[in-house]
Amino acid sequence: MPGKLKAKIVAGRHLPVMDRASDLTDAFVEVKFGNTTFKTDVCPKSLNPQWNSEWFKFEVDDEDLQDEPLQVTVLDHDTYSANDAIGKVYIDIDPLLCNEAASVISGWFPIYDTIHGIRGEINVLVKVELFNDLNRFRQSSCGVKFFCTTSIPRCYRAAMVHGFVEELVVNEDPEYQWIDRIRTPRASNEARQRLISLMSGELQRKIGLKVLEMGGNAVVGYLQCFDLEGESGLVVRAIGTACTLDKLSSGSAPNTATHTHPNTAPASNACNSPSKDGKESPLAHGCRSTHNSPVHSACSAQRLSQNFSVSVPTLIFTGMGSGGSAGKEAGPLKTLLRQQTQTALEQREFPFFTLTSFPPGFLVHVGGVVSARSVKLLDRIHNPDEPETRDAWWEEIRQEIKSHAKALGCHAVVGYSESTSICEEVCILSASGTAAILNPRYMREGCLDIGIVDHRFEDPSPPSCGFCHIPYDELNMPFPTQLTYCYHCRRQKVPDVLFTTIDLPPEAAVTGKGCLIQARLCRLKKKAQGEVNATAISNLLPFMEYELHTQLMNKLKLRSMNALFGLRIQISIGENMLLGLASATGVYLTALPAPGGIQIAGKTPGDLSNEHHILTIQKRINDTIAKNKEIYQINPPELTEEVVGSPIPEPRQRSRLFRSHSESSDEVSELDLSHGKKDAFVLEIDDTDAVEDIHSLLTDATIPTGFNSCNTEIMPGIYNWTSAVQMFTSVRVFRLSNANLTNQGLNKIFTDLCENLLKSFYFKLRSMIPCCLCHLNFTVAVPEEELIQVAVTAVAMTYDKDQTQEKPAEKPITKGCIETEEQLQFPMELCADSSSTNTQLSSKISGVQETTNVSSRAASVDYGSFADRCSTWLELLRLKAHTIRRGSVKTSRRTQSLAHSVSSLERSSPVPDGRSRSLRSTRGFGGSSVTVVKMTPLSFLPGTRIIKYLGIINMFFIRETTSLREEGGVSGFLHSFIAEVFAMVRAHVAALGGNAVVSYSMKECVFMENPNKNQAQCLINVSGDAVICVRETDQEPVPSNIGQTCTSETDGAT
Amino acid sequence: MAMELDVFVGNTTIMDEEVYQLWLDGYTVSDAVKVRMEGGVMEECEASADVLLSDTMDQYRTFQMCERLLYSPAKLANQLLFQIPPHRQAILIERYYAFDDAFVREVLGKKLSKGTKKDLDDISAKTNVTLKSCRRQFDNFKRVFKVVEELKGPLVENIRQHFLLSDKLARDYAAIVFFANNRFETGKRKLQYLTFQDFAFCAGQLINNWTVGAVGEQIPTDHQRSFRFYMDVDLDKEFLQELKELKILITDKDLLDQHKSLVCTALRGKTKAFNEMEANFKNLSRGLVNIAAKLTNTKDVRDFFIDLVEKFIEPCRSDRWTAADMKLYLTHYTNSAHILDTFKHQVVWDRYMGVIKSCIFKMFHD
Repeated sequence: MPGKLKAKIVAGRHLPVMDRASDLTDAFVEVKFGNTTFKTDVCPKSLNPQWNSEWFKFEVDDEDLQDEPLQVTVLDHDTYSANDAIGKVYIDIDPLLCNEAASVISGWFPIYDTIHGIRGEINVLVKVELFNDLNRFRQSSCGVKFFCTTSIPRCYRAAMVHGFVEELVVNEDPEYQWIDRIRTPRASNEARQRLISLMSGELQRKIGLKVLEMGGNAVVGYLQCFDLEGESGLVVRAIGTACTLDKLSSGSAPNTATHTHPNTAPASNACNSPSKDGKESPLAHGCRSTHNSPVHSACSAQRLSQNFSVSVPTLIFTGMGSGGSAGKEAGPLKTLLRQQTQTALEQREFPFFTLTSFPPGFLVHVGGVVSARSVKLLDRIHNPDEPETRDAWWEEIRQEIKSHAKALGCHAVVGYSESTSICEEVCILSASGTAAILNPRYMREGCLDIGIVDHRFEDPSPPSCGFCHIPYDELNMPFPTQLTYCYHCRRQKVPDVLFTTIDLPPEAAVTGKGCLIQARLCRLKKKAQGEVNATAISNLLPFMEYELHTQLMNKLKLRSMNALFGLRIQISIGENMLLGLASATGVYLTALPAPGGIQIAGKTPGDLSNEHHILTIQKRINDTIAKNKEIYQINPPELTEEVVGSPIPEPRQRSRLFRSHSESSDEVSELDLSHGKKDAFVLEIDDTDAVEDIHSLLTDATIPTGFNSCNTEIMPGIYNWTSAVQMFTSVRVFRLSNANLTNQGLNKIFTDLCENLLKSFYFKLRSMIPCCLCHLNFTVAVPEEELIQVAVTAVAMTYDKDQTQEKPAEKPITKGCIETEEQLQFPMELCADSSSTNTQLSSKISGVQETTNVSSRAASVDYGSFADRCSTWLELLRLKAHTIRRGSVKTSRRTQSLAHSVSSLERSSPVPDGRSRSLRSTRGFGGSSVTVVKMTPLSFLPGTRIIKYLGIINMFFIRETTSLREEGGVSGFLHSFIAEVFAMVRAHVAALGGNAVVSYSMKECVFMENPNKNQAQCLINVSGDAVICVRETDQEPVPSNIGQTCTSETDGAT
Repeated sequence: MAMELDVFVGNTTIMDEEVYQLWLDGYTVSDAVKVRMEGGVMEECEASADVLLSDTMDQYRTFQMCERLLYSPAKLANQLLFQIPPHRQAILIERYYAFDDAFVREVLGKKLSKGTKKDLDDISAKTNVTLKSCRRQFDNFKRVFKVVEELKGPLVENIRQHFLLSDKLARDYAAIVFFANNRFETGKRKLQYLTFQDFAFCAGQLINNWTVGAVGEQIPTDHQRSFRFYMDVDLDKEFLQELKELKILITDKDLLDQHKSLVCTALRGKTKAFNEMEANFKNLSRGLVNIAAKLTNTKDVRDFFIDLVEKFIEPCRSDRWTAADMKLYLTHYTNSAHILDTFKHQVVWDRYMGVIKSCIFKMFHD
């Protein structure tokens, strides 16, 4: 009997009137877990019932604890007819299963009904007693921590980064079952909500098992998605990065082991021992891809210019008739079970990391973006035993990504993510990431750049430019690019432009500020069915990728920037069109050469009027570039330039350019090598389309003064955030009125849609100036023919204008050092034995010079046996970290205890607007019992310090209405639904004892309407990490004291 | 760009006070957009009309969703749907319950019934307050009335606690409730010159001095009676009965003459209007005492203000008294009664005249 779940129903408030005669309600509550149900007494004639029930006890397996939600149903008792349901609350009890997260769930939850929305609130108390389970064949994975955050969570230190974990589960969608025809919409929605809740629980448990198997105790960068495949089913899939995390509790160094999961120790041994599988251990660390993967020759052939590798959309049709009715029985949960034995090996074949920001030193070189897309036809019936399952599809794509990374001379992929777009039975699977070389050996001396040794320079290459240095072989470049010596250290070669999907490394040297750059594209497509449709789509994809890339490049140059971070390209399918949206944050990396300008060239040089026209356009472009330089404060130090190495072997480039030339429909970009030192981008105007394109390029609205925007965690150029935070979600749907639109017309509409959204944000948030819109996450969809939907979630954060540019020269470096000490306990190459045999191989693949091996081998020898190393080394670090902490303000915030900071919080100056009021102070405010819960898509809240992660929030809601007009039309309906979702997230976080959600995201927002029937339905999936954060005190009064207070108080707090 | 759907939802609910006011004032979305454009908010933030329209729609929706919470403001503080900082909640409530003096002047003293509600379009046309806003204000009056009607304890305090209003606004609502409950006539032409604030002041005086609750401290023993005793929505019936005793001041000839000579002695040489005062003394005194004596009739209670104007203020005004004259006269008129040996009703007299004095001061506009 591994666990006992206890629930108590305390009271309700603001209940709806269920009895028209008395204007009151006779409410009672059903509490259900698994197949056990308890009921409270009926509290007659009250809208604010006090049940104060006994403790309802459920004795259950921990497997069930992980899968099942606690289901609380509030009903109105009716003597003569059936009891009416008021609404439900699903409580995910997962956070209670981990001893480091929440210990009790207690608070007011909105009572939610899928038809009526929130109907009052209920106060519930939930506890779990977990018994230790020593069964090694167990199916549960209690205790594994999950984080949506795509970096090492703030109060943890990574002792190991094990690598990629993935899993997916499949089921039939209740909405499409035969029973749906006879049941009410409410019953159907609830069945769906419950099923998805179950499936996510199961998925999380299975991922947890994999993590335990790998020896980890946490999943970071956990990304869970739903694929609503309609009749063919419902897929819930997740990816993440398995880690072993140690809680940062200073002073209690020897105790750390007790915090971590008991499984950690044996598992890390397993990892260490080469006996298990020679290939496995290095891969477990995700730094090398020594496995032979099937090389798709077609993939590498299609690579386009500039760090951009696109796979040919491989088209695979699954057998339409296959499967039959074999798997059709309406069993409870059909899972796509893979052969367990294979799983363990295969996972590690993918040196992928869902993380987007890393402890300093982790990232050695960045190669560029790798992406793969594949168009699939969904099969009507699931047969779990079929080889053509979703699993196999993803497997294939991951292999492709891996081979792309390899081609870029990289052994790992970071900032990795996967997504789908489904329309009818066609599905695009996409995966993208950034090819990178990760530090194979953690060297505490800070010598992060392996290349330096080769050049025999005394001092190590600064971390501010190291990641820009090319990982691939100069003579055998994977794509045409111009190399120069790094403008920062002058020792290594760098490309002229760098595209990545990760966040800007905090230590990177940047000139000026960054900004959001978007490329938008619409492509019409003929309506078709089945294979024809899939072929049409897959034929369009490369063109779209190419054009998006060209747009990005042009816009980047127009802003005089040379690198993109956080690049996310989304392609959505509709019945008659494809939408493409690429968003990224443009930056001027000091290490990279200044971008050349954009040159306009006409096709017909003789025409004078044309010539004149071109001149004016050219002038406008030059003016815009100059203006942008001013806006983004890009004034790099003038350096004498030396273009190094003739870029690309001629013939190769020719052929490639030729291909792109023929493919691109209206504008052609190529490297103008004759232009001298700087490569200017040439835009040829040969028809009106091209003019339009240039026009749209120039008419991108400028950001109003006082605003900045980016889609990454860190906004380059802004370092002094103040505490005001406003997270928001905005959704717009545009109906295309004109039946016969052209591609150009569509593009214009789509661009305007996005631009207007941004303008709207600036206007609404004008009271926050100066402020930055961070983590702007656009999601596009084509919900119906002639509808374009854009959903955005972002956070606006204020900053102190006066010190915007003041990035203290010392700060990043000291911070870097400390974080190195604290967070980066690198797993990567603790296995000395295997590394020595593998280094040679890997170095060849990744193109790292031979000398590197010498240094790394030397380092590994130093450390001796793993166990020894681990303990002594970690202890040493901890000691060192500790001493640093004493003296530095920066670090002390991490070590500060709850009690300490709360008291200092009360002392500290009042915060304006109540926005930044924290836990303690709000609870006390004016009798209001509602905790203020802040939400942000970022992994941190400015001005605060996260002291505890309480668990993952992963919620799925359906809302439906049959009285659309009465609810204020589609906008009114969605507006209240989104507000309700926020309210439910906040309530769950508050019940866990938290006061903020970080890494919040809205994964899914599927909206369907039928205005003629006065109906609409919407599905929303949100996720994030519930945390407790406290205000960061700006100055530490007596630094030396802190170490001591921490030791005693932190233990009490945790 | 006409959107099929367009929403913006912030974790902290975003509300623009200017738009809130436009919404409260009953502007349609398009009118509100016009007003905002004229207000120059566009130039300030480089926005377009589309942006303004979308923002206004968002805010209007938010306010509509909040509206049902504002019906019982206490809910706003512990509801979960909108995260609104407390100071903003206070603004929302205060503004929602604020009213136009022009409007309230029209319905003051009227029964808050469906019948009155039907006349709102006329009032709207007359006062230039939009019908929507009139309805909101009227419904607010009615809602407050319904809640406090049956509550014991001090009226102002009840309103403040149930509706979380500021002291000033709570007092105004107390006046409205009090007027509606006693159905004081305020609409007659002769009363038109009086503002709502004049009446609100008088209502305050009446509530504080002439109701049962006003006497305070009488802690009743049985529950049933407490209901009666603590109400300060109704005038104190016993007191009204006692007022009849004051009639002696005008029916007893000696007393009347004595009173007159005392007042005249005190006033002589202190005012230019002395002659008029002396000539009119008996008339004025009869007027005031008769008002007191008749207050046991509900009908005469309703006419209280019109009687004050007709019987006292108008004669004085036609004699060109100044406000200072008025003060002087009423002070001596009240005080002199204490010196009358045969007049035994000093307590009732003070309770009556105290209110009459301050009401007349307020109602006598120079």
